[in-house]
Amino acid sequence: MITIEFNGEKRQIDEKSTIVDLLRSSKVESRFCAVELNLEIVSKERYETTCLVNDDKIEVVTLVGGG
Amino acid sequence: MVVADMPLVTTPSFSSGGDDETLKIGTHVLRSRLIVGTGKYDTLQLMKESLDASGSDCVTVAVRREKLYDREGKNLLDYIDLARFTLLPNTAGCYNAIDAVRVARLGREILKSLENPGADWVKLEVLGDSKSMLPDPIATLEACKRLVDEAFQVLCYTSDDPIMAVRLKAAGAVSVMPAGSPIGSGQGILNPNNLRIILEYLKSDDPTYPVIVDAGVGTASDVSMAFELGADGVLLNTAIAHARKPVSMALAMKHATIAGRLAHQAGRIPRRLYATASSPEEGLITSRPW
Repeated sequence: MITIEFNGEKRQIDEKSTIVDLLRSSKVESRFCAVELNLEIVSKERYETTCLVNDDKIEVVTLVGGG
Repeated sequence: MVVADMPLVTTPSFSSGGDDETLKIGTHVLRSRLIVGTGKYDTLQLMKESLDASGSDCVTVAVRREKLYDREGKNLLDYIDLARFTLLPNTAGCYNAIDAVRVARLGREILKSLENPGADWVKLEVLGDSKSMLPDPIATLEACKRLVDEAFQVLCYTSDDPIMAVRLKAAGAVSVMPAGSPIGSGQGILNPNNLRIILEYLKSDDPTYPVIVDAGVGTASDVSMAFELGADGVLLNTAIAHARKPVSMALAMKHATIAGRLAHQAGRIPRRLYATASSPEEGLITSRPW
């Protein structure tokens, strides 16, 4: 297991988990989201090939109502 | 909704209020001069009906963390017709230039995957403090420059300070958006003279440069006033979302947009100290008191 910070919360996940794995297990619909890994945006095409490592900080954001 | 069937139906040629139908902002062309927010509604369904009633074709959205727990399974985008509305992502909640650029990039990333034309623009908002929610002018200017460098079309929220407005336009903002009054305050346009100066300065060498009044609208007359002063657009959210009847207020805002824009184009009469009679002086059968 490795520990990452996912949207500000510490989380234990399996080693070699990809971004797709994380989104699936969190039931996040990737169509409506953007992913930032250690302050760099990860494009959708790279979700399946990007493996997370210990101490990664990942932000998954979506659009909400705003003015 | 009953209100949607009210007799004040307009012909398509007046949908955005006036002869010059569209509002051009950078490379974007909007049919309506009213841009509405999507926040603060009691339900997403009520938001959807209000957006429809407003006649707008551009809505603002915010970028926030996905909820990892207690997700309702509903996304804002399930209630917005992406074929009709251009999304305008904002940087609300940012208090420095670095965060604003970061949020703008994330908004662009989401919109790119949605294939929405709003992917290349952003409503820049960098606040100074959370109580007044007034913009931080220095951080706003810095963020504006960085985003322009990254090929964003920046619609820049600012105070009603004319000098700051000039600086933001010079930095490359495709639209400067002065506040009528603080965000969500409903105080309307507190300093119309500053707005007049902003319009004069920004349009002196560029009459089509779009100036949009953003924030502070309380009711329909505030919208009309902005257009009568010469604003090209109005952006509002709370005035509809927190009205007792949001859908009715959205319709009122649509008509206020049309009324204000037409009044501006028609040209108001000068204010006079004394009266001028509307009925003829000749042929009176009465005598005057003096």
